[in-house]
Amino acid sequence: MLITRRVEFSASHACFHPGLSEEENRALYGEAANRHGHGHNYVVEVTLEGAPDPVNGMVYDLKRLKEVLNREIVGPMDHRFLNYEVPPFDRVVPTSENLAKEIWDRLAPHLSAERARLHSVRVSETEDFCVEYFGEAPCSV
Amino acid sequence: MFRLTRRYRFSASHRLHTDALSAEENRELYGKCNNPYGHGHNYVLEVSVRGPIEPESGHIADVAALDRLVEEAAVRPFDHRNLNADAPEFASLPPTTENVALVIERRLEDAWRAVFPGEWPQLDRIRIQETKRNTFEIRPSSRG
Repeated sequence: MLITRRVEFSASHACFHPGLSEEENRALYGEAANRHGHGHNYVVEVTLEGAPDPVNGMVYDLKRLKEVLNREIVGPMDHRFLNYEVPPFDRVVPTSENLAKEIWDRLAPHLSAERARLHSVRVSETEDFCVEYFGEAPCSV
Repeated sequence: MFRLTRRYRFSASHRLHTDALSAEENRELYGKCNNPYGHGHNYVLEVSVRGPIEPESGHIADVAALDRLVEEAAVRPFDHRNLNADAPEFASLPPTTENVALVIERRLEDAWRAVFPGEWPQLDRIRIQETKRNTFEIRPSSRG
């Protein structure tokens, strides 16, 4: 069974690679390369996979999941400029792919439970663009 | 593994009708959707690709290139068109949204290699909403 919790945070970011020229960054990232940054209301959906506990009927305690998400993700990222204030984005380009992976890496150690495992992290920059990360597993998504 | 999803929109008209059935059978089967002058929808198309991250760009796909591909192959040919009259595939195929999804899959597959010649990204999923209440989704088989 899959269970999903959604949180939102608002942050700014800029997509430019320090090893590339201004022109190359423009070609690669388009308007997102503007070094002054721009912002999104990010939507993060975290999905856990597991079987309900036979006693309490839950795959994972959603109260606990909410606390972990607020502590590990929303707290450090909400109303921040990711490139300047949220490592590792001082040296990793904060694309949605890299953000989804960073969120996965921050959550995974806190979500190890007997009956549940982290299944996927979905990051939506806008209603028309989202990225999902399924961990290191090869290709069967 | 990552999946990246982009959403597009097109507005088109269609009429559900098949020459394999009589006029009465068509009316019976398709109801209002068989009305002779057709009707329209604001279609929402979601195209997903999957693949590993490219370390240089931090993306799994060039989103601008994906946009161009989808817009040329599957949005512009249908937007503000009559599917039955303007899209050759539907000359002999009823433009149900199931068939629209299959036609879009074929169009994207045909154009894919020219835009994405490498192993990745691969087309992962096509999802179309005909209205907010009707969604159709296909997962193309492995591209090999």
